[in-house]
Amino acid sequence: MATHRCNIFMLAFVLCGLTCVFVRADIQDTNHVKAAESGAVDVAPKTNIDASLQSTQTEDQTQAPEEERHWEAETNPADAPSDNKADHVHDTMQNPNSPPAPSAKDQTQEAAEEERQWEATAVKEADHVPDTMQTPDVPPPTPAKDQFQEELVIRPLHSGDIYASFQFRTLWDTDFLRGSKVSHYRLFPKSLGQVISKFSVRELHISFTQGYWRTMQWGQPFLPSPPGAELWVWFQDTVTDVDGAWKELTNVLSGIFCASLNFIDSTNTVQPSASFKPLGLGNVTDQRFLRYAVLPREIVCTENLTPWKKLLPCGSKAGLAVLMKSEKLFHSSFHSQALHFRPVCQDWKCKSTVLELRQTLNVVFDLHTSGQGKREWSLFKMFSRTLTEACPLASSSKVYVDVTDNPQGELFELSPTTPLLSQVVVLGDRRTYSVYDLTNQATFGQTRSLNMLLRWRAAESGDMLRPLLHGERYVAGYGLQTGEIHTLMYNNHPYRAFPVLLLDTVPWYLRLYIHTLTVTSKGRDNKPSYIHYQPSKDRLRPHLLEMLVQLPPNSVTEVTVQFERALLKWTEYTPDPNHGFYVGSSVISALVPSVVAMDTNSTRECPLFSSFFPCKEESSYFMRVYTEPLLVNLPTPDFSMPYNVICLTCTVVAVGYGSLYNLLTRTFQVEEPSPGLAKRLANIIRRLRGVPLL
Amino acid sequence: MLRAGRPMRVGVGLKEVLAHLEAQVQQVLQVMSFSHSDITAALSDRVRLDYSSREGLADSMRAFKSSPGYEVTFSLLNPDPQSHHLHWDIEAAVQSYIQPLLSKLAPVADFSLDSQILYYAVLGVNPRYDPSLNAYTLNADSLSHVINPVEARLGSSAASSNPVLNFLLYVPDARHSPLYITDHRKNTVVSNAFSSPRWGGIMVYNVNGTELPVDINIDMTRVMGVFLAQLRLMLGVQSSAPPPGFLVGPCGPAGLADWELDRLLWSRSVENVATATTTITSLAQLLDQIGNIVINDNIAEQVSAAVASLQLAVGQLEVGNLGLALQYSKEAILQSERAFFDPSLLHLLYFPDDQKFAIYIPLFLPMCVPILLSLLKMAAEARQRRRERQDKKD
Repeated sequence: MATHRCNIFMLAFVLCGLTCVFVRADIQDTNHVKAAESGAVDVAPKTNIDASLQSTQTEDQTQAPEEERHWEAETNPADAPSDNKADHVHDTMQNPNSPPAPSAKDQTQEAAEEERQWEATAVKEADHVPDTMQTPDVPPPTPAKDQFQEELVIRPLHSGDIYASFQFRTLWDTDFLRGSKVSHYRLFPKSLGQVISKFSVRELHISFTQGYWRTMQWGQPFLPSPPGAELWVWFQDTVTDVDGAWKELTNVLSGIFCASLNFIDSTNTVQPSASFKPLGLGNVTDQRFLRYAVLPREIVCTENLTPWKKLLPCGSKAGLAVLMKSEKLFHSSFHSQALHFRPVCQDWKCKSTVLELRQTLNVVFDLHTSGQGKREWSLFKMFSRTLTEACPLASSSKVYVDVTDNPQGELFELSPTTPLLSQVVVLGDRRTYSVYDLTNQATFGQTRSLNMLLRWRAAESGDMLRPLLHGERYVAGYGLQTGEIHTLMYNNHPYRAFPVLLLDTVPWYLRLYIHTLTVTSKGRDNKPSYIHYQPSKDRLRPHLLEMLVQLPPNSVTEVTVQFERALLKWTEYTPDPNHGFYVGSSVISALVPSVVAMDTNSTRECPLFSSFFPCKEESSYFMRVYTEPLLVNLPTPDFSMPYNVICLTCTVVAVGYGSLYNLLTRTFQVEEPSPGLAKRLANIIRRLRGVPLL
Repeated sequence: MLRAGRPMRVGVGLKEVLAHLEAQVQQVLQVMSFSHSDITAALSDRVRLDYSSREGLADSMRAFKSSPGYEVTFSLLNPDPQSHHLHWDIEAAVQSYIQPLLSKLAPVADFSLDSQILYYAVLGVNPRYDPSLNAYTLNADSLSHVINPVEARLGSSAASSNPVLNFLLYVPDARHSPLYITDHRKNTVVSNAFSSPRWGGIMVYNVNGTELPVDINIDMTRVMGVFLAQLRLMLGVQSSAPPPGFLVGPCGPAGLADWELDRLLWSRSVENVATATTTITSLAQLLDQIGNIVINDNIAEQVSAAVASLQLAVGQLEVGNLGLALQYSKEAILQSERAFFDPSLLHLLYFPDDQKFAIYIPLFLPMCVPILLSLLKMAAEARQRRRERQDKKD
């Protein structure tokens, strides 16, 4: 018996082994070919880049980070529509008799209602400050070492949905990065501060996103983020073991945010060379100190929101954070919460640095599921709460409503009305916002609560300006052996070409054939001016592909690369392998020509002397676009197979054993041959008659 | 450090004086040296002892377990930032009150200090209004429920695994002040503070502002006096009463006398030795349980190093070198725990034998069927044969 069983097993094992060997050999063969090919391909562009690199790439390269930082400098006043401007407007509100700037008056005063007035030049003035990075707040009576600001921006979207974006900023004037051991925290959260000082983190950006931002329907978000979790960290240049620090840091952060960041390891961590430059101060741009990882599978829910809210000085007890009720926030089309930590300048002279912690939460409420199909939004309808007070610790607490498309109130009605207006250039577009200052008691009115109401007059809203840049990605091909990744980048600008940086990270189990990489736009080959490719190592590191591509005006640029799916070991599959494996979003970073600069009619509202040359701050702005994550099926074995084999073999063995056992244990007797049919019938009849049988 | 309280009689022989002194010295030594009760306190986690009184149990449970480091966190709870603008000069207070003690304790463990302010943090219990005191009171019985909601806000120390000693200063909001803590006999506690064993201390700081909002500078001397006393208790500095007729000398600016430090070193070393021994013993038990476990060389090295350090520590304790003994016992703990928590020794990595058998049930079950059937048949035949035999006898 035993030998029998052994034989069957041996046979099975030998068969398995053989197939394995064949498959291995196959794969290795193709790998060799691939290696040879990719080597050749790698060399080719390098040699001809070398010459051009010196001119184009270095230029572009150095330009990109620099301008990226520059952008930072500019957007600070822009994306956190700064108090400066608001104050400015406020000032003019306070003394309307003061002589306004000479030329701007005529158009605006006619256009605006009596109460609403602003100076168009106020914006200009604010834009002159951009080198200052941070426009400092109104100095508090006693110079506090830290300060806190909160704001909420509400933007009605053209699809009828509504976009709400919270930003909370804590500034802290301290030098705990330089290693003073005792730390005393006031507004800055202690748990995060300890982590940052322990791991010598210079910059930390983390985002958790549920849902995908639909650029074509919704326009640009204030802060883009990919679906799932994204983490990128710049370490101080004093850190010697960056990988060790990164590993520990991800584990600690996963504890703080109750997220599965501990799944970040070397197989999904990359060091992009150009796409993620520091957003704060500091001139170390050596990518050795940068780590970037995306977990596209991460599901964001209440347990991530609660610890995030706990980092706010007022928690969710006061201020804007009372609106953040998870049952409403997660009943939405898009939810993204993020945390950005970086050093910034203290004032416009930038003599000393302060630490900035920016917590943002973006949410898009759906017209049909949250709004019951009615184009009527209020704070209560969105968050099932209204605002009653500002956070008492906040030095500024404001709510902005985007009324750009609605200067006369013809599109929707906003109530209660506010006399404060602010004009900001954000994401290359000049926008107008109604401002509600929560630190001012008059904002809350008689009812002691603020519940903004936006009621549409027309059923249809106006046309939306198409976003100038957006990206798409999909997997093509059939079968489970090979496939092709297509990345599409759209430049919708009518006449300007601009370069974009494309960053692609692909896990090792999709083996990229880098020699099949093609970049085409308008049917013609589009040679990237810079390619940085880091091949993967099985079970160690992913593919990293970075390219600088020039996008022609009004075109679609398609990047394709073929890949082969690897066979995983059986322990490497996820618990639901037939769901597929996620590949993180591609990141497209670009300096996009501004819409304001594109607008040839801008002379209409600006004073003539200011508008002959497009001014530099407005001519282009930095933008980051994330494509969809990919879901790729890998060849999946039948995991019940081993047990099935065991069952089947065991049954066969058992049946064999049973018959052999019977053979050995039964006693055999000679049986009399059975009588014929006629005799049996005769016997039956005889039994009935009671006559002795035959 | 000691002064004999009783006046000496003059005019007796030297021997008599010495004999007289000896008894007193014995008495003093008993108080100040490392006694049996200290050993039981240090080992309370390891050894189950029957405590004669509740107090003894509470005393032994109060102090933190021995650990290579501690994090001391001071938190100011301000439930009503709208009306109370609190300022505390924690940096200066820590420098002048806490730091001297911690520097003196440096041979015992590493300490890290930080502080934070928590806004809108409330206690878990609604204080009761007491008309006789014209104040709100927190009863001693309800104190156990006070900490829970606050603790969620405190934030565990994410950056290290050392235990955290929490000291909370709670400023009650205007609607619930003044707030007093009362003991079991309904008397207000003078310090208005209480401590939670192995967790930390809470002090209630009442503010009498008539018109709100009010700016308050917190009197750190009063606060730190209470916290310093609590910190001593948490660290296991036992203050046993001196024998009658003796006074204990003041313990200097550090807040800790040399003999107290020595006793602390003693008890910490003993506790560490006990911990390391238990860890190694349980590791040995685990290895006994799983026969086919794989033990890597580095684990074997850790274990032998731990045993060596243990022996050294015990040797130094016998000689009386407390500093070295503590040092060795710390090393022993580190090494033994590193070996015990090594990921390769995970119990779950090893497949229990009964599950291996379960996989082969498809084999064993059908194979049992003919055997069982033939057994049944044999039993039936045997019974029939016996019946036939009986029939024959009849």
